[in-house]
Amino acid sequence: MVKWTELERSTVKAIWEKIDIDEVGPQIWARVLIVYPWTERYFGSFGDLFTITAILKNDKVAAHGKVVLKALDKAVNNMDNMKRTYADLSQLHFQKLEVDPDSFRLLADCITITIACKLKSALSPQSQAIWQKFLYAVVDAMSSQYR
Amino acid sequence: MVAWTDFERVTIKDIFSKIDYEVVGPAAISRCLIVYPWTQRYFAGFGNLYNAAAIKSNPKVAAHGKVIMEGLEKAVKNMDNIKATFTELSTLHSEKLQVDPDNFMLLGDCLAIVVAAQLGKDFTPEVHAAFQKFLAVVVSSLRRQYY
Repeated sequence: MVKWTELERSTVKAIWEKIDIDEVGPQIWARVLIVYPWTERYFGSFGDLFTITAILKNDKVAAHGKVVLKALDKAVNNMDNMKRTYADLSQLHFQKLEVDPDSFRLLADCITITIACKLKSALSPQSQAIWQKFLYAVVDAMSSQYR
Repeated sequence: MVAWTDFERVTIKDIFSKIDYEVVGPAAISRCLIVYPWTQRYFAGFGNLYNAAAIKSNPKVAAHGKVIMEGLEKAVKNMDNIKATFTELSTLHSEKLQVDPDNFMLLGDCLAIVVAAQLGKDFTPEVHAAFQKFLAVVVSSLRRQYY
């Protein structure tokens, strides 16, 4: 189990409170598809992802961004139990969706960059370190049911 | 040889013209030393790196940050020949400094975060993608002379 200090818990929550899921979710998801275009392979049913403009306007991309951030909210509220919180989601991504678990890390990086754009210098190096520890624990939990 | 689109060339030059090397270089390297503390092993000669405050105020860290930015500027001015531009630096990091090449991307990630924080919403997904590609080429060139 991951150990969290009081400072780490409060930093993660403080960063999370500043994030508006409806605003930032779509941006993060579009960023993943644009910066790491091979991830588009998982979204055949999302329609037009052929250009950056199409990705930025695609409603299914936007909706999926919000779904993913709502799931991240569960991690923020269950920092001591992420593996169990994400066991079902991990199974789903492994067995049904067949997502390469390296993709979770790419998403984590895009989340951090989007937050850096928004918070700017408020995302101090120490806050970044804590936030990345949190995201890598999430990535770990999401990879946990892969064999 | 890497193929650059006009958008990518213009974007990279634009980013480097907007950032202040004296701010971004030190910020990126000190972030790297704080977020990925094992990287401190390469800077034993820098004196006090015992905590984030010490790292952020350490003049040798700041000076090294500027050196790194000047190195990157060479890549920006020679985008069609980054491999050749960094041959000597690659040999230096491999044979003399014995730096684990995985660390290059850690610094790259910290640089991306600092640039994202500086540019805010101007660090759009397309700009981010171009910057990430540039960083990947730089890292690959620095890895080149390792066996």
